[in-house]
Amino acid sequence: MSLLDKELSGVVMTADNIRTKKLPIAVNLGVLVGAFVVAAVVVLGLGIGNWVLVIALGWIFYLVGLLVAASRVEGRRAARNRAWQSLIYSACVLAILPLASVVWTLVSKGAGRLDGDFFGSSMNNIGARDANGGAYHAIIGTLEQVGIAALIAVPLGVLGAIYLVEYGRGAFATTVRFFVDVMTGVPSIVAGLFILSFWVLIVSPWFNGGQPRFSGFAASLALSVLMLPTIVRSTEEMLRLVPGPLREGAYALGVPQWKTILKIVVPTALPGIVTGVMLAIARAAGETAPVLLVAGGAAAINFDPFTGNQSSLALFVYQQAGDASKYAPARAWTAALTLVAIVLILTIAAKMLARRNSLSR
Amino acid sequence: MGDYPSSSTDATAGGSGVTGRHARPAGNGVSPSSYEEPPIGGGGALPKKSRFSMETGFRSLSVGAGAMVLVIIVAIAIFLISKAIPALKDNTASFLTSEAWFPNDAQPKFGIAALAFGTLLSSVIALIVAVPIALGIALFLSHYAPKRLANPLGFVIDLLAAVPSVVFGLWGRDVFSVPVQDFSVWLNKYFSWIPLFGGDGPFGRSILLGSLVLAIMVLPIVTSLSREVFQQTPAMNEEAALALGATKWEMIRTAVLPYGKPGVLAAVMLGLGRALGETIALALTLGTVFSISFNLIQVGGNSIAANIANTFGEANDTGRGALIASGLVLFAITLVVNMAARAIIYRRREFRDSAA
Repeated sequence: MSLLDKELSGVVMTADNIRTKKLPIAVNLGVLVGAFVVAAVVVLGLGIGNWVLVIALGWIFYLVGLLVAASRVEGRRAARNRAWQSLIYSACVLAILPLASVVWTLVSKGAGRLDGDFFGSSMNNIGARDANGGAYHAIIGTLEQVGIAALIAVPLGVLGAIYLVEYGRGAFATTVRFFVDVMTGVPSIVAGLFILSFWVLIVSPWFNGGQPRFSGFAASLALSVLMLPTIVRSTEEMLRLVPGPLREGAYALGVPQWKTILKIVVPTALPGIVTGVMLAIARAAGETAPVLLVAGGAAAINFDPFTGNQSSLALFVYQQAGDASKYAPARAWTAALTLVAIVLILTIAAKMLARRNSLSR
Repeated sequence: MGDYPSSSTDATAGGSGVTGRHARPAGNGVSPSSYEEPPIGGGGALPKKSRFSMETGFRSLSVGAGAMVLVIIVAIAIFLISKAIPALKDNTASFLTSEAWFPNDAQPKFGIAALAFGTLLSSVIALIVAVPIALGIALFLSHYAPKRLANPLGFVIDLLAAVPSVVFGLWGRDVFSVPVQDFSVWLNKYFSWIPLFGGDGPFGRSILLGSLVLAIMVLPIVTSLSREVFQQTPAMNEEAALALGATKWEMIRTAVLPYGKPGVLAAVMLGLGRALGETIALALTLGTVFSISFNLIQVGGNSIAANIANTFGEANDTGRGALIASGLVLFAITLVVNMAARAIIYRRREFRDSAA
């Protein structure tokens, strides 16, 4: 008679009791309801807070109650597993609340001024009592500044990445790669100060009769400093994914290295490179601080990025947020909604493009 | 290049240094280094090469672009220092220890102490709030959520990282300040015996509000980096833990977290770098007070970057120099933090390509 056949007296083996015991869902729900009832009684009875505290305290009571109940039924380890799982789930809920609030406020407050006037007029001659006025000049500024910044940063960034992947060996390449990574963390305000002290205060007086001059082009320079490391990093990653045999095939046909890079390697990696560039542009479009420092901000439309102050959408949001007029917040929120829409469209398009990319990790 | 001794260039044979300088291309390809090697001694019939070839031109162009990054980093330091020195010379107070900030006066008096303190305090509180939540979400996305939920949710988190900071600042000032003010009043009522929550008000635009807004902004970055690291945990390790009878949490604690530790550390440091340099969100939510105080809930707080954005408009020459000097301090702090983070990532090569 084997061990399995031996029956303990008084114990009947059924499908239920040979499995480990599980905490019934009813008990779980009971603990939940009980925790919130206790929390409500404690908080409202003592008058120490409102419903927010009830929820916070009830949630803590629920976790403790779950831990106790589960360790009685399932054992200590399983109970701990349960408690951590609910902690992780509640971290998710806790994070989604403010983010959902941001999105909701953006849409509900931003829809207020979403009219033709907002996109068709500037802030020129708009006083504190005027309800109209728009962001046309700011949209022009954003497009021009980001466009010029991309014209500077994209060739430089792609060439830098080509150096790192195709030519770079040894200590110098390692140093460059390390500082590209470090440069991604340079704060935008520092980039703004750099262009302020380099371009606005030192270089621009040469063209302007000795007076320092703000301009949209200075903002483009600052934005290109911010875009450069992002573009180098993403392009480098894509170039590394291009298979070696493609290069070898070109070499075997007698194609020189530079032609191989330009005609074989870069076109193969192109969708990925474009994705990285679009993400960098999206990030640059949302930067406020550099534009504030070196473009100066303006109320009127200025199409010329090389002379005179310019505004940008992000700067427009910031300036309207600090404006005392009672109509300013509505303008700020609508501009914020426009800005987020531009940035998100760029980002989503970039990610869609990345998905269709045939080279992937 | 030492692998190809035959490719040493012979200047008299017309090689302009092209062949010898081919480095091995990426991928484990074979270098095309010696295909145009002139036959030794019999090279008279070969066409003369021009001194400038496309190869050298393109190569030096790309080297120049790579060097540009180093040039920019060095230039940032040089130009900031050159513009900061005149203002620092005019300063009548100690720049490192003074809390006052009157750089526009006839007798300029300014110091970085209060600003640097506010920058560090708000960033550290933001990370204390954000990191546990971010790790929770990262674990949820990588190990708990079903795939159909995890992918779109991860996508949304990535999108949130792209939302401009001025939007978060505006939201923090117009919307989030109301519940935070209520919370501050409540904290003050019941916990005023803790110095952090003391004071007689007014409450509202405080370090607490600024830090919480910062925390919300840092959250997506830390989440998406740690999520990638957690997803890279070898399935073998996880399965081995489960096969030994570990519960899901025990598996995460023994297999996932130790494996991801350097990556998480780097993600936290990168989040810290971002929080330290954050400008507009703090300019809109902090109370702009120049003093060192641990009180979190009273109106007050300031940071280097927020101060630059707030006071740049009315700064004169010395004031501008003072702001540039404070920016230099910020640059130095973020440089150290970022270099430390990158050094951690570089030590573990497997994170190098993912956690960028």
